[in-house]
Amino acid sequence: MKLKNSGLMLIIALGFALTACGPVVEQESITVVGSTALQPLVEAAGEQYGAENAGKFINVQGGGSGTGLSQIAADAVDIGNSDIFAEEKEGIDVSKLVDHRVAVVGITPIVTPGTGVTDISLEELNKIFRGEITNWSELGGKDLTITVLNRASGSGTRATFEQWVLEEGQKSIITQEQESSGTVRQIVASTPGTISYVGFSYVNEDVVAFSIDGVEPTVENVKTGDWVIWSYEHMYTNGEPTGLTKDFLEYILSDEVQSTLIEAVGYIPTSQMEVERDIEGNRIPVE
Amino acid sequence: MEEIQARLLGNSKKGRLEKLGKMISFICIAIIVLVVVSILYFVTSKGLATFFTDGVSFWAFLTGSVWNPGNVGENGQPLVGALPMITGSFLVTLLSAVLATPFAIGAAIFMTEISPTTGKRILQPVVELLVGIPSVVYGFIGLTVIVPFFRSIFGGTGFGILSATLVLFVMILPTVTSMAVDALNAVPRYYREASLAMGATRWQTIYKVVLRSATPGLLTAVVFGMARAFGEALAVQMVIGNAALMPTDLITPASTLTSILTMGMGNTVMGTLENNVLWSLALILMVMALFFNILTRWIGKKGAIK
Repeated sequence: MKLKNSGLMLIIALGFALTACGPVVEQESITVVGSTALQPLVEAAGEQYGAENAGKFINVQGGGSGTGLSQIAADAVDIGNSDIFAEEKEGIDVSKLVDHRVAVVGITPIVTPGTGVTDISLEELNKIFRGEITNWSELGGKDLTITVLNRASGSGTRATFEQWVLEEGQKSIITQEQESSGTVRQIVASTPGTISYVGFSYVNEDVVAFSIDGVEPTVENVKTGDWVIWSYEHMYTNGEPTGLTKDFLEYILSDEVQSTLIEAVGYIPTSQMEVERDIEGNRIPVE
Repeated sequence: MEEIQARLLGNSKKGRLEKLGKMISFICIAIIVLVVVSILYFVTSKGLATFFTDGVSFWAFLTGSVWNPGNVGENGQPLVGALPMITGSFLVTLLSAVLATPFAIGAAIFMTEISPTTGKRILQPVVELLVGIPSVVYGFIGLTVIVPFFRSIFGGTGFGILSATLVLFVMILPTVTSMAVDALNAVPRYYREASLAMGATRWQTIYKVVLRSATPGLLTAVVFGMARAFGEALAVQMVIGNAALMPTDLITPASTLTSILTMGMGNTVMGTLENNVLWSLALILMVMALFFNILTRWIGKKGAIK
């Protein structure tokens, strides 16, 4: 992490050095670090913003929600991205952090095609991830062993999934883990009987997305709150944002970006949600 | 006379140049040493924080078999047993070295003793080409070819130590082969000539003279291959399954130090226990790297032909 920072400093220093001989446009840049789930959206928005505003640069890096939160808490970056509330992560001083919820992401269980099961109850899902149901035939499908695949512990997607599928104090069985949603989809698509979970934007025709208790994993159902497994995409700032940081956040939250880009990359605009949620996961209807 | 002496001993342009060169090289070396020392210090201090700051028992860390940082066990201690990863790392390293050694030495013998011209013209470039392939490519081939292959033979998921071993075997093969070639080439020509002159066959010469006298070099080659296998992260992570479980056989998902380390780093917060235990894993890796290094030096000294 130290290395990343010094690398960053070098890039910034180089940026300054190079800009010194450029045309006389005032150059400014901010750095955004964190959640890999949010990265594609911020990158796309950053590029668009840079194209519309000459001389303003948005540097976007991944690193995971934990990195985003710790870096913004240490005031080392301008914006820290996270899939989870900062309060949920241990070791973060949240007193100064300001939360900007820029989008909502729905998360759905996915399985390999051909298990013979397409609808499942939350209870059954819970039992699968706790290792109590181990064969698809127990759910009325084929006689095929269930292979559970988790995201790495500490991943925001996993935290969200476990929050809604597991009950307080319950733990997932120790099982295979993969680092990225892309790899998870690749493995689920090719390994018979495997179950895992990804954000809606990762679902394609190679995998089957379950409906839970008859509710299909669609954007509409997330908006109405019928589909419960979803989380906010947070962009945290250290203190109230100012200058370019403020402009960029306003840009992302503007109708223009929310109604085009956010949907294009598979997220749901916060403004379209009919329910809200607090840190404990309590649902609050939006009037 | 004095004039000549002054010119010989005093500062000349070339003398100054040489001093400058010396100084530059010294500064570069000093910087490298500084970097190495700071890395050692950084990893060690971070890695030991688990035991000194968070109060995890060192023994429990090395021998515990439950890995679930962030949760505490029944005795109130955090669940940070690294044994499954340590076992996984050693198993894939040893197995891939065992698998690669005969192939590498066989190839090296062919390239130096049996057919040096074909060796130089065809095999050498092939081996060098293999070294240059990035590990993510090996990992992806493993994920799309080797894992489904083992799944179709043994059932299960196909992820596990066996798949990782096979991927690592291909990855360390060129390293071990090219170092073995160097070792065999270093055997003096007159050893072979003397052996042949005494009526030994080619096979006897290779087996009893060349291989014997090149043993330290060959061992160094194998240890280097093992060091590479031990530290490889990306390719292994893609095919081993990353389940922090004690491996019970070769075809169930397991994990290595590097795979757990790379998966966790981005999602933990600096200074927390979850982060510190990852540094402890890194410390184990670093100590092992140093161990492999010392081992190769020791082998080189011990086996040198006098």
